[in-house]
Amino acid sequence: MKEKVITSNKLSRKFGDFVAVDEVTFEVSKGEIFGFLGANGAGKTTAMRMLCGLLAPSSGSATVAGYDVSTQPEMVKKNIGYMSQKFSMYEDLTVKENFLFYGGVYGLKRKAIIERLSMMLGLLNLSHVMNSLVGSLPLGWKQKLSFSLAMLHQPGIIFLDEPTGGVDPITRRQFWDLIYEAAYDGITIFVTTHYMDEAEYCDRVSIMVDGSIKALDSPENLRKTYNAASMDGVFQELARGTSTK
Amino acid sequence: MRALPHIIRKEFRQISRNKVMLPLLFLMPILQLMVLSYAADFEVKNVNLVVVDLDKSSTSQRLITKFTASDYFTLVGSFESTALAMQEIEKENADLILCIPKDMAQDLDKLMPVNVQLLLNAVNNQKAAIASNYSLQIIHAWNTDRFKDMTLPPGVLPLTVDIRDSYWYNSQLNYKTFMVPGILAILVTMLTAFLSSINIIREREMGTIEQLNVSPITKFEFILGKIIPFWIIGMLVMSFGLVVAYLLFGITVSGSLFTLYAFLAVYLVAILGIGILISTVTETQQQAMFITWFCIVIFLLLSGLFTPVDSIPEWAKILNLFNPIKYFVEVMRMIMLKGSSFMDIRHHFLVMVGFAIVYNVMAIRSYSKTSG
Repeated sequence: MKEKVITSNKLSRKFGDFVAVDEVTFEVSKGEIFGFLGANGAGKTTAMRMLCGLLAPSSGSATVAGYDVSTQPEMVKKNIGYMSQKFSMYEDLTVKENFLFYGGVYGLKRKAIIERLSMMLGLLNLSHVMNSLVGSLPLGWKQKLSFSLAMLHQPGIIFLDEPTGGVDPITRRQFWDLIYEAAYDGITIFVTTHYMDEAEYCDRVSIMVDGSIKALDSPENLRKTYNAASMDGVFQELARGTSTK
Repeated sequence: MRALPHIIRKEFRQISRNKVMLPLLFLMPILQLMVLSYAADFEVKNVNLVVVDLDKSSTSQRLITKFTASDYFTLVGSFESTALAMQEIEKENADLILCIPKDMAQDLDKLMPVNVQLLLNAVNNQKAAIASNYSLQIIHAWNTDRFKDMTLPPGVLPLTVDIRDSYWYNSQLNYKTFMVPGILAILVTMLTAFLSSINIIREREMGTIEQLNVSPITKFEFILGKIIPFWIIGMLVMSFGLVVAYLLFGITVSGSLFTLYAFLAVYLVAILGIGILISTVTETQQQAMFITWFCIVIFLLLSGLFTPVDSIPEWAKILNLFNPIKYFVEVMRMIMLKGSSFMDIRHHFLVMVGFAIVYNVMAIRSYSKTSG
């Protein structure tokens, strides 16, 4: 059994009477690509924000990198990378300035940041945008840059919240290459998406419906269990199951 | 503290990229000083005077000349009756009617009391009060002159009490000298309060705050990193404003510049603390702007910049104890006009240190990297 880097035990979050995340329990192993699937409003982002220490849980507990998200959120933050659903680089700064800033916040040296940035931009074929204002770049490039930014301080675990939202299929494919490479290097990937084809790329996926996890297994096993040809079929099955309930 | 220099550098980069903000930072002091100092001038000139002279003597003519010879009155008409003159006031052509009674010269020669009537348009009560005051001075001067020319019967003494005022700290009672320090205070306050109150909100609206909240940055570093850049801007703008005040109005700081800057340094921390506090408790730039504007207007009206605050009601005085702008306007005037030393403003200074601590502790406490 591999080391568990994320554990969630009956993690819940309420907003008033509304239960956004309802007693979610799962574990993620080191180096795993863990897909967090669900329709819009299923509670994916809320769950992820709790795991990142951005939102306090209402009840239940979770640990990330060995630290409790409720009591040691700042320790969790030291050990993770996070790419939010909403683009979060400064549009009025250049790519290099953004990386120097965020890298500096993580205590990285200027020289190390520039070296790593050059290397990452080289891999992305984006070396020419080093000194461009972020606001002037197309969305697909921005998403790849956000991913690189989340990886800048070489975290052991990276949380990606719908990283490929609004991105063309080719860029999405390239994006998943990046994710694979990171996983190959032993980085744990926790990714939310509502593209069912992307689910096929994950080692394991959980499908969230109305705040709770309805299924959790490898894509292959899920297809067998639900007797579906694709993940899309699995999702339809689960979603329909709740709507007729 | 390793993140601090990075935040400061980032803020300055963003400010320098802002095509509107940067020129505004330096245009504002010039424009505001010019506009406010000239326009917010309570000196009353060009009072339109209408005369109803029923006496038509050389004595009454001298009185009218006395009025028109001053800088303050412009003769716009003469009428035969008060009723006709009143029409000019109704039409907003006249501010003041001077009614000289029939046979005034004769009565005066007989040493009988004479009533000269002044009718003032008091729609603008401030202007009316000042115009009335000027008129009384002119009539008094005219009276004094008259006594000099007169050969008085024995035993009658002319009224010759002559009061001369000497005004300290602003010897010419120059309105601009009085206003400029206060306007500089307001300028620096508005600029820093707005910049800081919008700042964190902007990060929230842009989504960048999420990326910072998920980083190991500490709350203290974050708030400090937000305060320092605007603090530096506040110091620069004040320095620039002082230079402009000297070049445009020849106003210099009579007291010690060091004392002025020492107070300013603490004051800016307090104001920025309020700005950041507003920024952490609001959700949109619009809300932040509204609240900041609301606070500034109230603080401003109670600050004593435009009106003396000694006469406000008790409850407002208590409120004013918590008004940082009031302390700053006072200190600016004390140091710039009166040349007060640090010992004279030490009470103000200590209060401001208190404000700076309280507001910033509140700001740091109300900012949370983990939402509840």
